[in-house]
Amino acid sequence: MEFIENITGMDATAFTAMIPNMLVGCWQVIQIFLLTVLFAVPLGFLVALGRTSRFKILSGIIRIYQLIVRGTPLMLQLMFCMYAPSFLFGLTPHRFAACIIAFVINYAAYFGEIFRSGIQSIPQGQYEAGKVLGYTKTQVFFHIILPQVVKRVIPPTGSEFMVLVKDTALAQIIAQPQLFDIAIKTAAKNVSITPYIAAGVFYLIMSAVVEFAFKKLESKLDYYR
Amino acid sequence: MNLIEANHIEKSFGELQVLRDISMHVAEGEVVAIIGPSGSGKSTFLRCLTQLETADRGEITICGKQMMHTEDNHAVFADPKTLHEITLCAGLVFQNFNLFPHRSVLQNVTDAPIRVLGVSKSEAQQTARTLLEKMNLSDRADYYPCQLSGGQQQRVAIARALALNPRVLFFDEPTSALDPELTGEILRVIRQLADEHMTMVVVTHEMAFARDVADRVIFMDGGVIVEQGRPEEIFGDAQNERTRAFLSSFAQN
Repeated sequence: MEFIENITGMDATAFTAMIPNMLVGCWQVIQIFLLTVLFAVPLGFLVALGRTSRFKILSGIIRIYQLIVRGTPLMLQLMFCMYAPSFLFGLTPHRFAACIIAFVINYAAYFGEIFRSGIQSIPQGQYEAGKVLGYTKTQVFFHIILPQVVKRVIPPTGSEFMVLVKDTALAQIIAQPQLFDIAIKTAAKNVSITPYIAAGVFYLIMSAVVEFAFKKLESKLDYYR
Repeated sequence: MNLIEANHIEKSFGELQVLRDISMHVAEGEVVAIIGPSGSGKSTFLRCLTQLETADRGEITICGKQMMHTEDNHAVFADPKTLHEITLCAGLVFQNFNLFPHRSVLQNVTDAPIRVLGVSKSEAQQTARTLLEKMNLSDRADYYPCQLSGGQQQRVAIARALALNPRVLFFDEPTSALDPELTGEILRVIRQLADEHMTMVVVTHEMAFARDVADRVIFMDGGVIVEQGRPEEIFGDAQNERTRAFLSSFAQN
């Protein structure tokens, strides 16, 4: 016990109480992560389609959306989603919902960019081969183009997923409970930096799981180039 | 009967006129080689016939179905159903093969018959295995394109085109992306198809092949057909100065 107190600068009961708290924080991180992925990935796909659309107005609007979202801090976007509704309409949004909306809007823009570059990296010859074999445009896209796009976007998407794990800490700015919040509060209460280090370890573990999963996925699609 | 009738085809990319009044007919069972320098419009012409480009003016009829004609100086294309029938009637083999990299050799050959023609999987596989055997690729059915040599990939591409049972097969410089030692195997396959009286139009830089296999050779330059005739006429006794200059540049190499 003394050993723990010496190296952590926290008393042993506080230290052992911190761990379950942090696990709760991790679960909150995972919830933000999963909901963001669930909505932002399909939305990002639509963003990519809109961006590559022949309709100039649509692709223009989407480009402006991406510029705004990628050109302003995520922290600011979180505050906007949390506080703007009450300024504009006198509504107080649900905190967790505002948090998820901000993350989804932000990440859909980045996923959109990743998927767009993936779609555009497929050689024109693939479309032409599909066309001369009599496939419809929809068949060409879903059976020939999309599977190849998936393979190509997996590494950058995995990287973005890892960023998302850490970006959940920004939800602190709208007082959304999650791991970082617990780290700050525990550190303040015990006057110790150990909670920060512990939180760092938890973030690392969660990121490592994402990294591992994506490596696995990558090697699964390794059978062709 | 003519399987391909193209009359007065014109095509421009912006200001650049690539095809100027091209007319060509191909009879059933005929093998036509199109030769000419780079930028002469050979590939663009082929792409107009295979609907990968749209001609600006002219008239194209393939397999007895009119693909396009000209009204008031504008191209008018057939309805989608007719265009689809024409697509299925004419196959195309690309310079860069354009196989589907995420599908095995067998799947590359069976996918279009299954998805486009609605053939049953077992029937498509049976046809595919016969075609692969003909292409001398029986042992490669479960490989992926990236595991094959260029020559093997091109033979898969030919099998894939043949799987739809087309009446005409177009080749767009089928050996240009291959090492010299691999071109022979592709040319042998085309020759074999010629012996089976497959109607083919081959854009090629292989003069010896054009001379040996083609029933007719067309020399294109500057977007026009400069000269055409039987191989012995073109290669032995070209009438046009430009044709002779082009062929002699090959003779020197």
